[in-house]
Amino acid sequence: MNYLDFEKPLAEIEGKAEELRALARSNPGMDVDKEAAALDRKAQDMLAQIYGALSPWQKCQVARHPDRPHARDYVEALITDWMPLAGDRAFADDHAVLGGIGRLDGEPVVVIGHEKGHDTKSRIRHNFGMARPEGYRKAIRLMTLADRFGLPVVTLVDTPGAYPGKGAEERGQAEAIARCTETQLSLGVPIVSLIIGEGGSGGAVALATANRVLMLEHAIYSVISPEGCASILWKDSERMREAAEALRLTASDLIGLGVVDRIVREPLGGAHRDPAAAIAAAGEALRAALADLRGRDRRDLREARRRKFLEMGSRGLAA
Amino acid sequence: MNWISNYVRPRINSIFSRREVPENLWTKCDECGQMLFHRELAANLNVCTHCGHHMAIKPRERFKALFDGGVFTEVKVPEPVADPLGFRDQKKYVDRLKEARRTTGEKEAMLVAEGEVGRTPIVAAAHDFAFMAGSMGMYVGNAVIAAAERAVELRRPLVLFSAAGGARMQEGILSLMQLPRTTVAIQSLKEAGLPYLVVLTHPTTGGVTASYAMLGDVQIAEPGALICFAGPRVIEQTIREKLPEGFQRAEYLLDHGMLDRVTPRGQLKDEIVTILRLLLREPAAVKGDLPAPEAAAAPPETRAAE
Repeated sequence: MNYLDFEKPLAEIEGKAEELRALARSNPGMDVDKEAAALDRKAQDMLAQIYGALSPWQKCQVARHPDRPHARDYVEALITDWMPLAGDRAFADDHAVLGGIGRLDGEPVVVIGHEKGHDTKSRIRHNFGMARPEGYRKAIRLMTLADRFGLPVVTLVDTPGAYPGKGAEERGQAEAIARCTETQLSLGVPIVSLIIGEGGSGGAVALATANRVLMLEHAIYSVISPEGCASILWKDSERMREAAEALRLTASDLIGLGVVDRIVREPLGGAHRDPAAAIAAAGEALRAALADLRGRDRRDLREARRRKFLEMGSRGLAA
Repeated sequence: MNWISNYVRPRINSIFSRREVPENLWTKCDECGQMLFHRELAANLNVCTHCGHHMAIKPRERFKALFDGGVFTEVKVPEPVADPLGFRDQKKYVDRLKEARRTTGEKEAMLVAEGEVGRTPIVAAAHDFAFMAGSMGMYVGNAVIAAAERAVELRRPLVLFSAAGGARMQEGILSLMQLPRTTVAIQSLKEAGLPYLVVLTHPTTGGVTASYAMLGDVQIAEPGALICFAGPRVIEQTIREKLPEGFQRAEYLLDHGMLDRVTPRGQLKDEIVTILRLLLREPAAVKGDLPAPEAAAAPPETRAAE
């Protein structure tokens, strides 16, 4: 388990419980059950306490946790008949964006998601979830495919942002993002987006221009990273805690602003402590959102999506 | 009497003296360092008369040069919720806004107007880079939407001049939501069969390039303009290598197939008229400096504020 800085006291208690049990294993006859159980309870209480009051910056840390389930984990657990589809037909296949067709509860869907990778090798392969123009152009291709065959689109958003690289710029990063958003706004099929980790700026909204935008409890969604914001406005990237606070990037803030439609509760201590439970809850929420949109006609779906974004922000946070 | 001599008269004097003897008669070109006389520079649309470098131009000045006879009517932009997040960094957002309003004399970072260009009725929108780096928040979003709606209503093309650092951080996620929001507006324009022409000016970056500034039917840029999603500094920090000469400049983008044309500011008006009239299947353009259209010239309230 990778512990975050604010989980240190928890790490100590869990460590002690583990030591006790290890001791008992090497000394048969030694009874530690009671003490270990007491430590477990203490750890649970502490976990509830910590996760019940995460600051916005702590949420950023949880959202970026290396053990947090990623798009691939959701696809593996929720999608049957999974057929990954690759390439933008122009330049390359971007591994930062996974996409394909499969079934959610037997119903055919197109799934598109940012994939960050889970170890050094795969993180490099997936470019840490930072897509290049090819990723967005692949997404456009798959969305168009969904539209042609009347399949709903599910997107899983988890990116620090679009990749700021030389080639990405030369091949039209901005244009690819703009077209991807434009494509979503013209689709006649349901689109449901779930922000599973980091919703990083333009690279995120490019896959989240949906009829329903869902968000995991400890995910974040922001116009700029707290570090980036702090370095520009505070001239000091170490002021990210204040920036995270000011940016209103947590799920509960975004519900208040009307940017997110539903928060998906995470297991106690975050999705990384019980990925299966987190993925199951996400699956439920996706099913409910898709069921809600089923049977609506193409024009209605498109117009409702456009209206949703046009009206966004008319209330402010106070509302 | 005292009140008049102590307060009113100095005020009046200060207004007039400011007009007649501007503090800065000379402007230094950011590129070649040449000192340029302000009147000559203004007459050349803020393009350096020595090296051709394109400096920033205020939307009002641009519109005066663009519209026939310098006459245009402002399109009203709906007022958004002010400071939706109650944002504060080292300064309060509301104070930054006040400061920008004071220094620019403008309400916000985009001006929308309607009028005729080469006898071709259009709607135009322009970012004001001097206003918080032209950044896109709810107001700019509303301005793009108002411009597109007005264009659809009048069945006119929309010409947009971009110049922005990107999304306005102080409006947080709501500034990000302007990407899809403005895209809806541009779609309605396109679905109405109306041309959408974008003129990218220095600099256009971030969320603005990732939405309406890259969705034009025709994309033109002013020479030397920096146009990008991620800025050169961010990229250098990420890839830890020096970027090539001219990277992300208009000419570089043209070479990489991201633009249709790079056109000097002085030729933009004629070029815009030519392109729009071709797309509208109207007869060839009337070019050059035209007087104001008669209908628009008549009522004084529709004249541009001097």
